[in-house]
Amino acid sequence: MKTVEEIKAAIEAAVPGAGVTLLPNASPSGQHSLLLDADHAFAVAKFLRDDADLTLDYLSNVTGVDWLDKEVTEKVKVAKQVPKEVDGPEGKQVQMVEETVEETRKHIEPGYLEAVYHLFSMKKKHGPVVIRMRTKNRTDDVELPSLTPLWRSAEFQEREVFDLYGIVFTGHPDLRRILMWDGFKDHPMRKDYVEPDDFEYEPTAHDKVLERHKQHMAKTGPGEQPAAGVTA
Amino acid sequence: MAVDQNLKIELGKQGVFVTTINELYNWGRKSSVWPMQFGLACCAIEMIATTMARYDLARFGAEVFRPSPRQADLMIVSGTVTKKMAPQVVRLYNQMAEPRYVIAMGACAISGGPFKQGYNVLKGIDRYIPVDVHIPGCPPRPEALLHAFMTLQKKIEGQSLTGEERPRHLDAEAQGLFPVPEPGAHDIEPPANSEVWHFPIIR
Repeated sequence: MKTVEEIKAAIEAAVPGAGVTLLPNASPSGQHSLLLDADHAFAVAKFLRDDADLTLDYLSNVTGVDWLDKEVTEKVKVAKQVPKEVDGPEGKQVQMVEETVEETRKHIEPGYLEAVYHLFSMKKKHGPVVIRMRTKNRTDDVELPSLTPLWRSAEFQEREVFDLYGIVFTGHPDLRRILMWDGFKDHPMRKDYVEPDDFEYEPTAHDKVLERHKQHMAKTGPGEQPAAGVTA
Repeated sequence: MAVDQNLKIELGKQGVFVTTINELYNWGRKSSVWPMQFGLACCAIEMIATTMARYDLARFGAEVFRPSPRQADLMIVSGTVTKKMAPQVVRLYNQMAEPRYVIAMGACAISGGPFKQGYNVLKGIDRYIPVDVHIPGCPPRPEALLHAFMTLQKKIEGQSLTGEERPRHLDAEAQGLFPVPEPGAHDIEPPANSEVWHFPIIR
């Protein structure tokens, strides 16, 4: 099979204007992936499926990933005018002198949701080729093109990703929740998901469970009171 | 009221059979408990094995798994009850005719089991319906289910037909319908039926 770099070059030759970024994987598996821009992703995926060399006719799985906002601190060297006492002809004197100062700056990198597709070729017996797509943010701009028209096996898995992560796949023939019920509002696999407080006593509570136990007890009082939400 | 055991044996040797209505009635009930044909997860495979020739649940008069709740006496909650499934399980229980019994089979059905911390798993079916026998295990072996069944038979046998402890179908005042939880925006509402379940008391 072609290497990821070659596939990237082939995509760029076949689909003009397609933004493809190579995301290297440092682990021994070396399974590098290709990040596609959402606008061209469908055309690129169609190329990957139909290209004679690749013939990636089998989509084995679709995964969602939730990337939270992250705070990045970096040290930047900045040139600054600094007042300084300098020996002048008339004794000491304050003068502005340029100096490079190191500053730490913090900025927040916005989070996004990601869909990962693993493609194989049944015909050529090769794979996987890993492609990824990212939404603009985690809150309102969460649309990605659906690849279900290309691979039918994406249908249920994209529904699952929609259900658990909240990525809206445009062009999906039947985008409904698949695991949770229809009136459910949350996306439980997101990292900031808050579970309902239906906590029950754990005999060996520790770490996170112990924390939840304490929170639950603070809310309901010790022992004999029923669980939160239960009306006696 | 009960017949003296020694006298009963002595009379039996003489060819005289003595019993009470209570005993006869409960003997009939315990010997033909028909389970409902309904499985939720991997425990159901063990339940199926229990009914097959090797373990043979039919020895206990429970060979007929009824495909309708209307004809069933026993609900074996065999497997993980998801929050999506819980309203349906309670609804099936409501549709069963009295007298009816429930065996919660396996870690998931009694407490949520390995999925207890999950967002879509009910932490025990006893939050919504009264459970007669709990079996731990993941999954419990067919012997454990047989043991649970025998425990249930003992329970039926010991029930008095009158008085405070009489079975629900002989009590006109008894609660027959159990509220079916509604799927809500974040959880099923209510999270438990306070008539049958309370938060465990920790001392």
